[in-house]
Formats: sequence, C-alpha cells, structure tokens
Amino acid sequence: MPKVTIENLSAIAAEAQEKHAAYKSILLVCAGTGCVSSGSLSFRDVLQKEIDNRELSSELKVVATGCNGFCAHGPICVVQPEGIFYQHLKARHVPELIEQHFVQGKPVEHLMYRAAKGERAIPLEKDIQFFAKQQTIALRNRGRLDPEDIADAIRRGAYQGLQKVLAEGIKAEALIDLILRSGIRGRGGGGFPTGIKWQTCRQASLERKETAYVVCNGDEGDPGAFMDRSIVEADPHAVIEGMILGALAVGAQEGLVYIRKEYPLALQRLYKAIDQAREWGLLGDDLMGSGMKFDIQVHQGAGAFVCGESTALMASMEGRAGEPRAKYVHTVEYGFRNAPTVLNNVETWASIPPIVSKGAEWFAAIGVGDVSQSPWGGSSGTKVFSLVGNVCNTGLVEVPMGISLREIVYDIGGGIPNGRKLKAIQSGGPSGGCLPESQLDLAVDFDTLQEAGSMMGSGGLIVMDDRTCMVDVARYFISFLMDESCGKCTPCREGLVAVHEVLTRITEGKGRREDLDLLEDLGAAMKEGSLCGLGQSAVNPVLSTLRYFREEYEAHINDGRCPAGACKALIRYTIDTETCNGCGACVKPCPTAAITGKLKQVHIIDQEACIQCGTCLDACNFDAVRVE
Amino acid sequence: MTSKIVVDRKEVCDIIDRWGKNPEYVIEMMQDIQESYRHLPRAAMQQIASATHTDMARLYHVATFYKAFSLQPRGEIPIQVCTGTACHVQGAQRVMDAFSRELDLRPGDTTEDLQFSLDGVRCLGCCSLAPVVAVGKKLQGGLDSAKVGKLLDRYRKKTPQEKETRDAQGND
Ligand SMILES: Cc1cc2nc3c(=O)[nH]c(=O)nc-3n(C[C@H](O)[C@H](O)[C@H](O)COP(=O)(O)O)c2cc1C
Ligand code: SF4
Ligand code: FES
Ligand code: FES
Repeated sequence: MPKVTIENLSAIAAEAQEKHAAYKSILLVCAGTGCVSSGSLSFRDVLQKEIDNRELSSELKVVATGCNGFCAHGPICVVQPEGIFYQHLKARHVPELIEQHFVQGKPVEHLMYRAAKGERAIPLEKDIQFFAKQQTIALRNRGRLDPEDIADAIRRGAYQGLQKVLAEGIKAEALIDLILRSGIRGRGGGGFPTGIKWQTCRQASLERKETAYVVCNGDEGDPGAFMDRSIVEADPHAVIEGMILGALAVGAQEGLVYIRKEYPLALQRLYKAIDQAREWGLLGDDLMGSGMKFDIQVHQGAGAFVCGESTALMASMEGRAGEPRAKYVHTVEYGFRNAPTVLNNVETWASIPPIVSKGAEWFAAIGVGDVSQSPWGGSSGTKVFSLVGNVCNTGLVEVPMGISLREIVYDIGGGIPNGRKLKAIQSGGPSGGCLPESQLDLAVDFDTLQEAGSMMGSGGLIVMDDRTCMVDVARYFISFLMDESCGKCTPCREGLVAVHEVLTRITEGKGRREDLDLLEDLGAAMKEGSLCGLGQSAVNPVLSTLRYFREEYEAHINDGRCPAGACKALIRYTIDTETCNGCGACVKPCPTAAITGKLKQVHIIDQEACIQCGTCLDACNFDAVRVE
Repeated sequence: MTSKIVVDRKEVCDIIDRWGKNPEYVIEMMQDIQESYRHLPRAAMQQIASATHTDMARLYHVATFYKAFSLQPRGEIPIQVCTGTACHVQGAQRVMDAFSRELDLRPGDTTEDLQFSLDGVRCLGCCSLAPVVAVGKKLQGGLDSAKVGKLLDRYRKKTPQEKETRDAQGND
C-alpha cells in the first residue's frame, strides 16, 4: 500500500478516480443500519453474484455505502454516474434490474421513487423532493463511497484539508483563527463555539506545558437520533481527518473516540478506517511525511446516557463509572487524565475538513446571523437531523441553518402520513422541548430554538401527530432521565422521581389542580441545584409542553380526559359498528379474549375484560377500532 | 441449562491481554466477558482485578453503573424492544407490553430457563422503521403488538409439555 505524503495525495486521488471512472456504472447499495435491517446485504450479495455470472464485473462495480439518508425507502441503490435512484429493493428484483437497466439500457421504472401512488416515477436522486432542499457538508460523502476503503475516501477528497495545512505550513494559531472565523458551533447540543474551545485548550496546554488530548463524542445518547453513528458508518475518515486537524491546532498527539458498544457497525468501520489510516501513513509517527505524530484510540461506551456529558465521558474513558463532577473546572483545562482536552461531537469533527479546505468565509456564508465578529453572532453552516416519528419521509437530512421547521417537515419530510394532523415537533432530545404547529415558521438555529423553549440539541427531530399525548411525552422523557440519572446529586435524583410521580398521576386522571405549579417549582429547583446538564435541563420537556399545551394537562386534571386518546387509564377501546366487517383479525391477538363476534358480523369488546393494551388497534386492518 | 457457567481462565486471560491489561480498558474487558458468559462471573472479575491492579470495589462500581452489565446470567436470546422517542410515538409501549405478557417477564428480567431476556433500549438506530425490536442480533422493524406472539413462536423452544398440550388440543 502507498504511504500518503503531502506531495502524492493528489496523485493517489487521481489514480483512484481513474479506476472508478473506468467502470460503466457504479451501483451504490446502501448498507446503513436501516437498510441492512430491511435486507440490503442479501440484495447486495445476489446482485454481485448475478453480475459475476453474467461476466459484467469489469463494467459494473457494486459498492456498499453508509446511510444514503432516505431510510424510509430502503433498501436503496443509486446508480452512478447518472444518479438513478432505486428503492424498496429485494433480492428478487436483481435479474430484472440487471437485464433491463444494464444490458438493455432501460432503467426500471417501477423500482423508482414516486411522490405518491399513481404519480410518475422520478428517476434521478437529485430531483426527489426529499433531497432538493438539503445541503450536505458533514454528510458530503453519504451514500457515495465505500467506508471500508480509504482509497475511495481519498478519491472523494479526504485528507485534502490536512494536506493543505501541512503543505502551506499553516500554524496552529492560524488554524484556530480559521475555525473561529467560520463561526462553527458545537453540533453535540450545546452550540459552544468550537474555535473558542480550541483556543482555551491550547492556552492551557502551553501554560502548563502539558500535552492536550482531542476527543470525539460519539455517545449519541439522545433516544431517537442516529446522526452521529451514520456519519461514522458512512464516512469514518471525515472524523479522523477532523481530529487530526484539531490535534494540530491544540498540539495533541493522542486522540480518542468514544462510541457506544450498541453501535457495532460504526465501531467496526471506525476500527478498520483507523487501521487503514495507520497503514497509509495518515496516523502514527510521521503523518504524511511531515514529522507530525498523532494516533487515535477507541473507547466503547457501555450504555449510559450521562456518559455523553463531558466530565462523565472522561471518567468512563479512564475505565471508571461515568459520574459527572462539578464543572467549575472545565474539561478543556482539566479533562482526560487531567490534561487539557478538546471534546467535540462527531458531526463537529466531520465538518472541520471542508472548512479548512474551502475556507472560513465559505462556511460562514451558509446559515444565519453575522459571525464575522464572533461565533456567538449567529449559526453558520448546516445541521444534520434525524427526521423521524409521524412524518412521511423519515431519514437523515442535512439542511442550512435558518431553514424553517415547516420546510423540514413538509418540503423535505413530505408531511404527516395517514392524513393526520401535525401536533408537535420535538427537538433536543430529553433536554429539549416540544414546539406546536404555531411555531412552524421558526428558523432552525441555536438561538431561535432556545428562545422558543426548545433547543437544537444533537439533531433528533421527532414529528408527532394528533394521537400523541403531550403529557405522556413529557412523562416519557422524565422516565428516561429517571433511569439514566447517575444519582450523584440529590436535586436530580429525587427531583426526577417526584416529577415522574406527578406526571404519572396526571396521566392516570388523578392529577390535582396544584400539580402544574408544583411541576414548575420542582423544575426550578432542579435547574438551580443539579450538578450536570442532565439534571439542569431535565424538566425542559415538561416546561415546554406546559407552555404550549397547557390545556391538554388541564383536560387530564379537570375532566379526566386524554384528548389524544393515548393515556391508558383514561381511554376505552370500542369497535365501530359501521366499519367492522367481522374479519376476526383482532380476536386471536387479544390477550384477554375480550373480543367476541361471529365471522362476518360486527365484533364487540367486553369492557370488563379489556386491559387497554391496544393490540386490537394494531391488529385491525380496516381502522375499525376506536379510542375514546 | 444451569446458571453455573464455568469460567475458562484462558479465555478471560486472552480478553484481558487483548486490551493490554490496561486499567483504562476494564470496561471493554467486561463487555467482552459479558458477551461470552452473558453476565460477569465473579471469578472473571477477580482475574481482571489482579491483572490490571484494580480493586474489586471499583470493578463492581463499574459493573453496576453501566446498563450493559449484569451480575446474573442473561437469556440466550436477548430481546431488546426499542423505546426510543421515534418508536415511542409509533406505539412501542404496546409492543413492550405485548412481549411482557407473552413472556411473563418484566423489562430487565430473564426467563427461568434462561432462554429469553427482555429489555427496553433507547434507539436501535433505524428509527425510520419504528417500532423496532432486536431479537438476538437481528433487527426487526415495523412491528406492532399483534405480531409479537408470532415472532416469538419462531424462537420458542418446544418443551415436551407444550407438545403434549398441543397434541391434546389436536385430538379434541
Ligand atoms: C447529559 C448529557 C448528555 C450528553 N450527550 C451527548 C452526546 O450523546 N453526544 C454529544 O456529542 N454530546 C453530548 N452532550 C454534550 C457534551 O457534553 C459536549 O458538550 C459536546 O460533546 C461537545 O461537543 P461539541 O461542542 O462539538 O458539540 C451531552 C451533555 C449532557 C449534559
Ligand atoms: S444532575 Fe443527575 S446525572 Fe448529573 S450528576 Fe447530578 S444526579 Fe448525576
Ligand atoms: S440506512 Fe439506507 S438510507 Fe438510511
Ligand atoms: S427510536 Fe427506536 S430505533 Fe430509534
């Protein structure tokens, strides 16, 4: 294998491009977690076999990529160079696809995307509405390269930022200044300016003559988010290059990536990428022949949300329980092994190389606000979101900061499925908040979302329809945090239990009038008294739902009614006599045998026996089960 | 199957060596042991303690802190119901309740024959397919409570007793 140097990087990229271009078509099969669980690997295997059998392997190359983004339509295959998008692929489609598209030259229409049933097929990926408003920086290589082949990454421009810095002899101070001017703020939730963090770390390291560390936070504890893992799975070299650039800026020789063990694919691809980078001279004792020394180790998280918090993460990487400590001393100054440490999120690291190669001004021009004086002046660049929940086009999206929630949900997301109504958009994970429909035109940037009582967070964006009960959602987040609180400090440990108790009694219809004030009081105490961010922001989901959906709380308390029909204790399942056609599909699944009726006649639910498990609702194929 | 799983000293030794006997990697060692033995046997913990010069108290602090570890043997087939937010709004609670009923298990527990254990996990990373369940290493999306029984039947061992009742029913 070649050793990459400052001089030969472009030649290696060109050579890889030449090989790539020699194929007539490249078939990019998505092997992200979503597509893999809907069978993309067996599709890939059958595809490869068919190509081999027909002796087409010199013309057609199959590449297994990371998440393409449009997970709702997986398994996906994009055919390059044209960019033809095929969806919902199964192994049985292979012969037809090869014969028609690649032998006869007629792309297969019925495997293409359509905006709705009966509408015309849209052949090209770029013409699909889902992709139209997106702009990719962190996800620049999503679905475009083989994450297990460093040459393919180099072909797509990996390590060019590093090459530029080394070739032009850009000094650490200048590099930090560049990051400052780009205005980039941390993508992990807090939105702290990355340049300022690096500067503080460098200063601490120089003053104390202690070598700094750079750390990548891939804990991704936010339930309902998969941005960070997707970046690592699709483009691990982007993270590695970002960390090398960070190391140059703060003078680190060792970097660490913290990824949870529950992400086996991300771990596997990262280990492989690090090994390849070492072999190719992009990590180790003499980076690109420049004399720079830097290497990366990986730590596997063992499933604790609080380990995403900076001080807890450091403790966990030292082989200890991940309990936060008081942060009057910041980890930039005293972090891993008590040395100055830069901790950034996966997406932040992955955004660094393009900023370095394309320039601070290019990045600063994207987004909102004016970051020319200080990164605090606005939100520059793009943000990756995992758009999920009750929305048609679920998947991974990257949009310029400042785009409205409406554009994300309706233009990119395609609106709410099954003709239901949008109720709320949740962002920021368990520390974030829920925004109602009236806030749809808000700009998505750090400061606007914060003012509205939610937050940007790491990028989970969960769309909720009118069947979602906001009291239940608040209770859901609180119960999540109650499980995850490390228990070190009292306001968080006991506060969460108390808040949970109040919310539970409200969802059971036993709420008291003074409960809403009590929730606000408890929230204030936890905000004030908790040690780490988990406890401090834990009540945000409660406060934001109280702010925007107060009448729903009141309906539970005053009328014993759950307007969304979600709270078990307050609902009754019945069968609509008009709609039920007596198919009997609900009879067997009902665990208490509460449903009776003759075949082809209307069925009824015995309310005494019903335990409100909702199985009949799931089982009915004709929407005949009603919730009251 | 009994809960007494014999600890293979050599295997544990290899695991410890794989992580360089480095005390900063005790979590990784324990993860590998958890994977092999489906819990953390005391003998293995002692081996880690002496090889990495870490005291047992600290190791047990770690073992009880992280969700991934268990001091009791877990089931052969772990069932992880995603209770992440995306799955929650798509009815994950009903799916979890269905597993709970079918297996007669509370989340976090293991069946007596050590065949299944049931857990709620927060996001399996394919939220687009919500609600999602992982049975062993296999992810399954688009599940609902009515499909749970059928899914489990594919994994259930047929005990002689069950066969008998089944045959008896067949004879009715
Ligand atoms: C309870 C808690 C959990 C967190 N979880 C994560 C996480 O999963 N991923 C992450 O990148 N940051 C997480 N953070 C934020 C990190 O502490 C830290 O601010 C961030 O990784 C810094 O990187 P950035 O500046 O690039 O965003 C969490 C913070 C708290 C208080
Ligand atoms: S706020 Fe909660 S999670 Fe954070 S240190 Fe205190 S108890 Fe632990
Ligand atoms: S996993 Fe294939 S598109 Fe997301
Ligand atoms: S929330 Fe269930 S897979 Fe993400």
